[in-house]
Amino acid sequence: MEPLERYRPIIDDFDAFLEACERPLGNAARVNTIKASVERTLEALEEEGLAYEQADWNPRVLRLETGSPGSTWTSFHGFTHGQEEVSAVPPVVLDPQSGERVWDSCAAPGGKATQIAALMGDEGTVVANDNNLGRISALRFNAERLGATSLAVTNADARNYSLNRFDFNEFDRALVDAPCTCEGTIRKNPDALDNWSEGAIASVSGVQKGILRRAIQATREGGTVVYSTCTFAPEENEAVVQHALEEEDCRVVDFDIGLEHSPGLTEWDGEEFDSSLERAARIYPHQNDTGGFFVAKLEVTA
Amino acid sequence: MADESTRDLEQNDGQRFDRLPATPAEQTVEGRVSREEVVDYFCDRFGMPPETFDDYTFWEKGAGKIWIYGGEAPTPLEIEAIGMTCLRTRQEHWKPTTDFVQRFGGRATDCVIELDPEEARAFATGEDQEIERWEGDWGYLIGAHEIAGDLEPIGIGLYVHGELRSMVPKGRQREL
Repeated sequence: MEPLERYRPIIDDFDAFLEACERPLGNAARVNTIKASVERTLEALEEEGLAYEQADWNPRVLRLETGSPGSTWTSFHGFTHGQEEVSAVPPVVLDPQSGERVWDSCAAPGGKATQIAALMGDEGTVVANDNNLGRISALRFNAERLGATSLAVTNADARNYSLNRFDFNEFDRALVDAPCTCEGTIRKNPDALDNWSEGAIASVSGVQKGILRRAIQATREGGTVVYSTCTFAPEENEAVVQHALEEEDCRVVDFDIGLEHSPGLTEWDGEEFDSSLERAARIYPHQNDTGGFFVAKLEVTA
Repeated sequence: MADESTRDLEQNDGQRFDRLPATPAEQTVEGRVSREEVVDYFCDRFGMPPETFDDYTFWEKGAGKIWIYGGEAPTPLEIEAIGMTCLRTRQEHWKPTTDFVQRFGGRATDCVIELDPEEARAFATGEDQEIERWEGDWGYLIGAHEIAGDLEPIGIGLYVHGELRSMVPKGRQREL
């Protein structure tokens, strides 16, 4: 937990934060409304004798009390998909609409891409991209199991992504759930911090900046781009959004999410960020008993 | 009617997605099926209403591997995947995929075999089982069971000689 000490000055109730990071995380699942309604899924879980709790902020997110969530009929039928509670936040903030063209730039293994498809009623085009061919097979497996027919899967570097392969030349919305140092997943992966270094943060933040810039360029004026990570490092969060504000036509906008969270930072380590970054959300493990996440919502401007 | 053996047809390119021609008359690729034939198959074999597929396009990538897609795309298209695989053609009997049947099989009215809880579990784990009560056609059937008040398709099975062979692919089999 040593690397997390650097966040002592910015996190309220830091001891509760550290304690939460040491507690393992329970199983969570998202109801896949492409396959079944929330009501039917809950009924199926009850038939199987599985206890669950619905998240207050989102009735489609369930906390499951079972040791093997994959060995259930609801999972087999694709009514549910194992997905961490906070990982369901970015697609909700993205708020995709039926019939739109949406880009998920770093999509594997597909939890958020299929959630986007479900939020669109599986109508429209969700381009699910990932640069890692190995992870694409997991993405494809999940997309088929969950019955997402609106998904197109591509394998490319998101930083210089070309839309030439399609008939359209811009997206309505884009999600950049960026590769990151994953500090926020410590409850799920106890070795998440094993290879932690400031150098790793610096190198991944360059990639993050490149992907976010490309996502803004590929989205129409007035469209929405959501940037998210599962890490706490301001260099990978506010600093990346700050870079986008300086280099591209966009602004940070507000959003409501019924989860407890802290505002984005406006300064870190001597660096100042735009005051609009307060509109971003930092979700800490002790606030909702979840993993950690950062989410910022951008509107593409002229 | 054109003599197919004398028509100069292209070969299927397994590296890319090509949209199926609307009808057999528009076929330009050797052995490729048409959208009409695919929809007819799902309707004739499983009694699915044809309008089920109004908002979808069908594609081939790899010989006989047919995909169903609801989004926008030009043809041809060189990407990893679109929508989901739904059907294997270019073999004696066309074979729907388990994932397709789970997604669309709820609309089927024919060739659906209802399994009791024990049979359903065995089917999902990939087991073959003797089932003598089936009076309908032999061949590919949709295995289904009752869950949360409705019949829900589990996957595809092959029924011959009083035996239902589970076709649920290895990676999708589960001990339930």
